[in-house]
Amino acid sequence: MQNPYLPYPVRIDEIITETEDKNLKTFKFVFLNKEDEEKFAYRSGQFAELSVTGKGEIPIGIASSPTEKGFVKFTVNKVGLVSTFLHNMKVGDIMGIRGPLGNSYPWEMLEKGKNVVIIGGGFAFTTLRSSIVYMLDPTNRPKFGDIHVIYGARSPGMLLYRDELAKWEARSDINVHITVDGTDDPGWKYNVGFVPAITEKKAPPADENTYAIICGPPVMIKFTQPVLDKQGYGHHNIIMSLENRMKCGIGICGHCNVGKEFVCKDGPVFTLAQLNRMPREY
Amino acid sequence: MTDARHAVRKTGRHQAKANRQLLYKRVESMKVVKIDKKKWDQGLAALKGVYRIFSPVKMKDAFEFKALEENENPDLGGLNTRLSAKGLIYPQTEAMFTYTLDESREDHHIMSPVETDYSPRAVIGLRPCDADAFLLVQRNFDTPQYKDPYWIDAYEATTIVGLACENPCSTCFCTSAGSGPFNETGLDVLMVETKDGYILKSVTPKGESLIAASGWNDEISPEEAQKQIEPLKTAAEQKISSVVETDQLKNKDAMTIYNAPFWDDVAFACINCGTCTFVCPTCWCFDIQDETHKTEGVRMRNWDSCMFPLFTLHGSGHNPRGEKVQRVRQRFMHKLKYYVDKYNDGIQCVGCGRCVRACPVNIDIRKVCSLMNQPENATCAAQS
Repeated sequence: MQNPYLPYPVRIDEIITETEDKNLKTFKFVFLNKEDEEKFAYRSGQFAELSVTGKGEIPIGIASSPTEKGFVKFTVNKVGLVSTFLHNMKVGDIMGIRGPLGNSYPWEMLEKGKNVVIIGGGFAFTTLRSSIVYMLDPTNRPKFGDIHVIYGARSPGMLLYRDELAKWEARSDINVHITVDGTDDPGWKYNVGFVPAITEKKAPPADENTYAIICGPPVMIKFTQPVLDKQGYGHHNIIMSLENRMKCGIGICGHCNVGKEFVCKDGPVFTLAQLNRMPREY
Repeated sequence: MTDARHAVRKTGRHQAKANRQLLYKRVESMKVVKIDKKKWDQGLAALKGVYRIFSPVKMKDAFEFKALEENENPDLGGLNTRLSAKGLIYPQTEAMFTYTLDESREDHHIMSPVETDYSPRAVIGLRPCDADAFLLVQRNFDTPQYKDPYWIDAYEATTIVGLACENPCSTCFCTSAGSGPFNETGLDVLMVETKDGYILKSVTPKGESLIAASGWNDEISPEEAQKQIEPLKTAAEQKISSVVETDQLKNKDAMTIYNAPFWDDVAFACINCGTCTFVCPTCWCFDIQDETHKTEGVRMRNWDSCMFPLFTLHGSGHNPRGEKVQRVRQRFMHKLKYYVDKYNDGIQCVGCGRCVRACPVNIDIRKVCSLMNQPENATCAAQS
């Protein structure tokens, strides 16, 4: 019997400080056993338990894309015991990852030529980064219609993956709208304004083949949803990814239970239509 | 009890049993033996050679399950143990892995499996409700997608000898919850106390092996056993005075029950002590923690409780169930609605009544269940 609680041993291969407040770091992990990488075959939108030996585990969305081979990446915000300890770890240190866990964004459906609008705010851009890299892969791009990305942060220095954003912004096969709440940088050449306002201006018109994927802080979601409603997006066409406190990640320990669903196993991705029928306990 | 209520109760029970038995292999050719009280010790000694035996033993102020020492006997005089039997399969605290942080060791920072003793064990003298509870929680630990090896290995190593309840107490409502004082589902052997001894009826191959190992060989025919057991069973079932209606739970919309007006009243007195979840045979939630001493450590899992604010607290400080009423509602909704919807096999409760007896502020799941079963009548019911 395979033990689903046993993490795969990994080595930290690279650590990148992403934001000016230094609270977000991206960790690139390499599996100690090559065959574990194959067992860890994942889809964009899934997450994993990062196991810091001696401290515990944290559920974190996978930021790398299945099309990127040889490593997996996670961007971690420093908030609690495990993430703070992880932020102080060094390249070469050994730890574990357990997964992939949860469902994913509904790729099977989206790959039938659907238009995708990605709306992200702050540090909730990790599985969205995975999704963008996945969709832009030359073998995958023809499977999708138009791709829009609206991504905002408090200030330019708080945007994740800035180099990649600039490259995507310059491409013609994806419409990227970067925004910040405010900046005093005279050289800033993108948008200024909150994500809901930019969404109102830039999101493509709603139709049944257009799906919005939203990840962000509660306040962003609260004000973006009415905008999408106004634009006519159906609740089956709005896709969200939830977070809840988790321990096992496999639907057994009970922590992330919302209604009859587990965020870890039945989610973390739900449509707004599904969420409308669930208690708001997330 | 009126005939109509009796009919509801019986139908509910039989439906639940029919589904639950899919999980559980019975033998058709059951073997039944009679034990003279004088031969009890002898058989028990034989069993101790084959199994580790766990039984209720009277501790300071309550009966609890424990592993029997060589010269120790089960204490079958108690009605039920304070804590349920769940800890025998799923210990309150359990090591999952060990690790070392000592970088001179080759496997430093890598989790290693722990050696756990899964040699054959037998539980003698648990009540049928506790055995039925194992089948309810099995759905959580043994799923098509993920298998919890700790629970499954322990359950498979265990042979369950259940002692029929001839004198249920006033808080027992097992017959409303898909179980019963003589319920065999979930047992390997049903044990019934008679005037001069016990009747042991094997219900599964595991049970047959246990009877064979005991040397108790005074066999009686299943018909004869049935003749002796049936009147005792009927008498016991009639002693159960609590009837809880669960028939409408499935049909009602979850959000209607969730938004019903009675939750503030139900939760008002609750002090969120979590006692209900710890004594419950079907509460299965756990926490995982790393415990390190110097360079050596153990990854443990411990029972946890949805009654505690920390259970759902996010790293950001946000808490989806930060209010007491949300947590009380979660416990009842999970047992009496979400589980019902998810598995379509009755409630996640076996009617043992422990939470009713142990609650320091007298919150009674039977009353909450009635409210949930008919939320449209709730405003007046909550005031009664």
